[in-house]
Amino acid sequence: MGTDARAFVLPLGGRESARDEPARDEAVRGESARLAAVSPAERELRGLLLASLAGSAVDYRRFLERLGSHLRAYYKGKLVRSGRADTEAEDLVQETLMVIHTRRHTYDVTQPVTPWIHAIARYKLIDHLRHTRSAAANVPVEDAGVLLVQGDHVAAESSLDVERLLALLPLKMRNAIRSTKVDGLSTAEAAARAGMSETAIKVSVHRGLKALAKRVGGTVR
Amino acid sequence: MKTDDLIGLLGSSFEREPVRSSGMTRRLGLAVAVGAAGALGLALAVLGLRPGLMQGRPLLFLAFKLAFAAAVGGLAIRYLARVARPGGESRVHLGIAALPFVVVAALAGASLATMPRAHWHGQISGHAWLECLVSIPLIAVVPFAVVTWAVRRFGAPTDLVRAGALVGLAAGAVSALGYSLHCMDDTVPFVAVWYGGTIALCTLAGAVLGPRLLRW
Repeated sequence: MGTDARAFVLPLGGRESARDEPARDEAVRGESARLAAVSPAERELRGLLLASLAGSAVDYRRFLERLGSHLRAYYKGKLVRSGRADTEAEDLVQETLMVIHTRRHTYDVTQPVTPWIHAIARYKLIDHLRHTRSAAANVPVEDAGVLLVQGDHVAAESSLDVERLLALLPLKMRNAIRSTKVDGLSTAEAAARAGMSETAIKVSVHRGLKALAKRVGGTVR
Repeated sequence: MKTDDLIGLLGSSFEREPVRSSGMTRRLGLAVAVGAAGALGLALAVLGLRPGLMQGRPLLFLAFKLAFAAAVGGLAIRYLARVARPGGESRVHLGIAALPFVVVAALAGASLATMPRAHWHGQISGHAWLECLVSIPLIAVVPFAVVTWAVRRFGAPTDLVRAGALVGLAAGAVSALGYSLHCMDDTVPFVAVWYGGTIALCTLAGAVLGPRLLRW
């Protein structure tokens, strides 16, 4: 993480010194960017996301895991009065992860990452509240800094059932994903089981995941 | 499904599909340009080019109308590119987008002040205010559709009212650009009232439609 942190502090520092002009709005914005930058969540998530956007799949996975726990804390806090906060929060965590995955190109790499995540999380929360409890849709806009980490990485089950999702796919993709992602077979084993080539399995998994993301997370680009 | 499984799915689909760099302004600017081409084509096909447009006073006023529309459209693209990103609405000052309107209104006021009150009515309503009032919003439908599509595809606005308003503003400006090739009226007050008014109308329509059309 140390190298990551240095990698992202530099561009932000450059931006700060570049905006010496006495425009008041700019100064206020620079200030909030600086505050967001020093928060540990911002440092960690931005480092991981920049590394993943540069092509590191390992960092991307790690980014999603860290993001998942931030989002879980955020949604649990917001839904604490709801009777089924755990499941609802987990649904929202998954939906938001999907959306952040499919819309990751909307992140402006010159800006801090937590306001971007917060805006998406808040948008999905309001959307959710509007659908479930239309009267409860007042979520304050100003607590962008409150994406706190709590050590609650419990594997709560969400109601998004993997079998129900898979049932939406054509048979070939469904089997390929079930073998490799749910049953945990290697590509070679899955190919042997299905009587297909390894390439065909890879292609089916890729297309199937894309179709799934589209079903759950709205439009995929 | 456990969230860890989902993360596994997303992570593995990432490996095969590295993200491309963004360039929101470029993409939305391109969409506005396509919309402008559509509006221009529509205005020329339906209304036709104004005869004698390229000489003297008509040319001067064409340049004035084009400058106004381009200023509005340019600001709209600039702010739309910000609002199209999640949380981008905090980096937008919509007051600046109103600046071209204020400048043109001030010019119109100055122009009216130099002439007797009896001429005001003719200066403002011109030859064809009704045609202008109907044409600009109707032509704007084409660029509005193109830009809405682009924002849905490339963006993820979290303030749908503002995003819709800026789509409407861009569409109205581009539509005025097309209409100006036909427009017969050469007074500053006419441009201020009917160009400014119809573009504002498009902005309002966009703000109303935004929450429905731009949801994701």
